Amino acid sequence: MNRICKRSVVLVALFAAAPAAAETAPGAVAVDDMAVAQPISEAGGDPVAGRKVFADRGLGNCLACHVNADLKSELFQGTVGPALDGVGDRWEAAQLRAIVVNAKTVFGPETMMPGFYSLDVGVDVAEEFKDKTILSAKDVEDVVAYLTTLKGE
Amino acid sequence: MKNRTLAALAVVLLLAGPTTALADPVSEALEIDGEAIVTEAPAPKEPPGHPFDVVKSGWLYREPDTRAMEADSFENPGMLNVEHGEVVWNTVAGEAGKSCASCHGDAAESMQGVGASYPKWNAKAGKPFDIELQINACRTAQMKAEPYKFDAQDQVDLTAYIKHQSLGIPVKIDLSAGDMMSWWQKGKDRYYLRTGQLNFACASCHEANSGRYLRADHLSQGNSNGFPTYRLKQGNLVSLHNRFRGCVRDTRAEPPKAFSDELMALEVYVAWRGEGLSVETPAVRQ
Ligand code: HEC
Ligand code: HEC
Repeated sequence: MNRICKRSVVLVALFAAAPAAAETAPGAVAVDDMAVAQPISEAGGDPVAGRKVFADRGLGNCLACHVNADLKSELFQGTVGPALDGVGDRWEAAQLRAIVVNAKTVFGPETMMPGFYSLDVGVDVAEEFKDKTILSAKDVEDVVAYLTTLKGE
Repeated sequence: MKNRTLAALAVVLLLAGPTTALADPVSEALEIDGEAIVTEAPAPKEPPGHPFDVVKSGWLYREPDTRAMEADSFENPGMLNVEHGEVVWNTVAGEAGKSCASCHGDAAESMQGVGASYPKWNAKAGKPFDIELQINACRTAQMKAEPYKFDAQDQVDLTAYIKHQSLGIPVKIDLSAGDMMSWWQKGKDRYYLRTGQLNFACASCHEANSGRYLRADHLSQGNSNGFPTYRLKQGNLVSLHNRFRGCVRDTRAEPPKAFSDELMALEVYVAWRGEGLSVETPAVRQ
């Protein structure tokens, strides 16, 4: 049995309610010591797709809060969070995954950074966003793959 | 092409630079029609617990051209709405055959300072009233006219006209009247309540991050002293409850209805947070 297969067997066994699709449900992502060791989508991460998710205002919209020199053609980069240049040097992939999945597990409950793959959200969520995560599991893996490429200041 | 790239790079470098200095609001004097406008004031001391030492007008956070537009009332597009508000003030409506002027005469005298003291406890209704609710009460009880629907242009313009009579006068509301303090408390709870899929409270943007950039928006303290405000983006005056609802919607939440208890409580609390700042209506914002 190859690795990917083995992992989905484990996932299905652990989360019997989850569909056969090789994704970890938002409530089932295990954050351990500020890290999510296992990818949450079997499809793996694609840094090129992740760069798009990062910049897209309807998806990650990460530039709303973060400066990122790798995307310098995009105007209006926010300063609510730290600049992400060299972030791939500062954090392991598993930590970056935890930050994107639910930043509160890493920075504490007061952080402004939304949980992009979490249903632990605010009250009165608008109908169109109810019980939905901001990003899909695949988007998260793509963004994490992209973040790991941001090396050197 | 090369210039564009350079310009883009410059913007990024600017934003990436020592952001605190660059993101700070300006410290600049504002005068409108010879009237000195207080844009920075010591935070109110009572009730205790104001998060800032100094409260600041949203004007200080805007770009130079937007600031200039507000400083010159001939350039301020919101003044056209104020002029229309004056027409509405003098127009007879309803079965009683009265206008606002029939009872209140010259607004320049009768309404001076009024806008700076709202929202205000209304004993009969048992809740705080803002100018819009007071106008509707006058229309139904005194004029025998229909109340305005939320954000009817006449409602917004008339509110702006009334508030404009307090231009320069510092906001000060009476929290000792009736049950105002419990509304203040409810408004405070709401201010720190996280809403929506993005999980932000008012305080996430206007307290923890005021002075920083959220994309192209320079986050202010979210004060209400300039409302109704002319928004360049909308090309129209925007009422306070419209702004509240927009900010809540931006958290990907379903916003409370205009003039609901939630938003009235929020209005009381937000007005208090900005006490000491001059009324700027109609302010100009992006
Ligand atoms: C609304 C604001 C906001 C948005 C949107 C946002 N972040 Fe953040 N982010 C923050 C803040 C604030 C911090 C700093 C942690 C803190 O102080 O709470 C942070 C920290 C981080 C860090 C750690 C940086 C470091 O140098 O330590 C990473 C990585 C990160 N964010 C990635 C992302 C990605 C990827 C996205 C989009 C998918 C994103 N952020 C969207 C606000 C945001
Ligand atoms: C996601 C960020 C965000 C949240 C959350 C948010 N706002 Fe805002 N708000 C903005 C932005 C951006 C502006 C326009 C720039 C500025 O003045 O800060 C604004 C403007 C305002 C203004 C107008 C300020 C002026 O000078 O014209 C008020 C009042 C306001 N907000 C109140 C609130 C209240 C009350 C809440 C909570 C119900 C809230 N905001 C939640 C982002 C936010």
